[in-house]
Amino acid sequence: MLLEDELMRRKKRFLITGVLLASALLSGLGIYIKASALPAETVIHITAKNFEFSPDSITLKKGEPVVFEISSGDRKHGFNLRAFGVRSDVLPGKVSRVRFTPDKTGKFTFSCDVFCGEGHEEMTGTVVVTE
Amino acid sequence: MKKIDRRGFIKLAGLGGGIVFASSLSRGFGLNALGSVVDYANAKVENDFYFVQLSDTHWGFAGPKVNPDAEGTLKKAVQAVNSLAEQPDFIVFTGDLTHTTDDVQVRKDRMSQFKDIVGELKVPTVHFMAGEHDASLDRGEAYQEAFGKLNYTFDHKSVHFIVLDNVSDPGAIVGESQLNWLKADLKQQKADARIVVLTHRPLFDLYPDWDWATKDGAAVIDALMPQKNVTVFYGHIHQENHHMTGHIAHHSAKSLMFPLPAPGSVPKKAPIPWDATTPYKGLGLRSIEAEPKQAKYEIKELNVTGG
Repeated sequence: MLLEDELMRRKKRFLITGVLLASALLSGLGIYIKASALPAETVIHITAKNFEFSPDSITLKKGEPVVFEISSGDRKHGFNLRAFGVRSDVLPGKVSRVRFTPDKTGKFTFSCDVFCGEGHEEMTGTVVVTE
Repeated sequence: MKKIDRRGFIKLAGLGGGIVFASSLSRGFGLNALGSVVDYANAKVENDFYFVQLSDTHWGFAGPKVNPDAEGTLKKAVQAVNSLAEQPDFIVFTGDLTHTTDDVQVRKDRMSQFKDIVGELKVPTVHFMAGEHDASLDRGEAYQEAFGKLNYTFDHKSVHFIVLDNVSDPGAIVGESQLNWLKADLKQQKADARIVVLTHRPLFDLYPDWDWATKDGAAVIDALMPQKNVTVFYGHIHQENHHMTGHIAHHSAKSLMFPLPAPGSVPKKAPIPWDATTPYKGLGLRSIEAEPKQAKYEIKELNVTGG
């Protein structure tokens, strides 16, 4: 009797383990398929230095995800692209990453929003989003 | 310099391109013609008073194409105020007293020079506040050494004045600590108290792409909103602007160094070049006639030369 119970418990454990393994495999496959379906992110490097962004004019495609990698060449700055709710502090010695997918076309201003010195007011750039 | 009375001063300012603007806290605001200037001699009521607002003097700025009289404009404004036969009760400077510099010693020197110049004002009571050019690069350290606290209150003839600092944090915020300080101060005030807020940046989103906003300004306005009588006077944008958030009126002042274009009117913000045919155009100061009983403020925009 004891032996039969033990055999039954082992069968149950085997079954549960199998089901869990199969779920995990299917789930992983799902994530893989989903990830493969996403368009690749475009990475754009931006430098903030001496009261300028470089580049200060960026053209993007609507619906295509983008990553801005922003670094400072001198002091603390801010990066703010209000039209897409994108902002980050930009600190010396560190790369700040912001991700977004433009969902509208047009010309949009980005600016430094951390007062950085005499040229702060002119520290702006433009994102142009096309179809 | 020839003595002129307040009315004469305004008329001279009018000839020089100044305009008269009337603002009523309870009735919104509207433009008046020069002919509607109050006859102060007859209309003055007990407790009424007036003060003068000067802003964005940017002492230390150099740019001959923008202001070839960079070292003389502030001095002219001081002379103009001193020439008023009836002196204001006090004067306020709403920030950017000096032009920014990375050099700490130069910053201190500019503040010291500025104090020497405005020390010539006859009016003994002068209230200062900081702009981002004075205070953002060192979180207000040099400013506080030269001028004192960044945020404070004072009372004058039944009007409660609140000076808010939205510049010493370079991220253009008032900050939680100051916000709590403001709320605690407002708790001490009656709901119908006459409240004037003096600050540098606009508290509302005037044009954030040009840095013409305070990031947590909405929280400040929310805190002020239960008060029935609030008016805000500020600087920063180097031009007149009049805006209402609910029942709260916001009035920006002209600069005494260079004017800036209207919000969003040009692709890139930059000082408006000097026009030799109309020198000092776009620069100025203002007098504010306070009628606390009616919670009313009449603003008169004045030309920098005062004749």
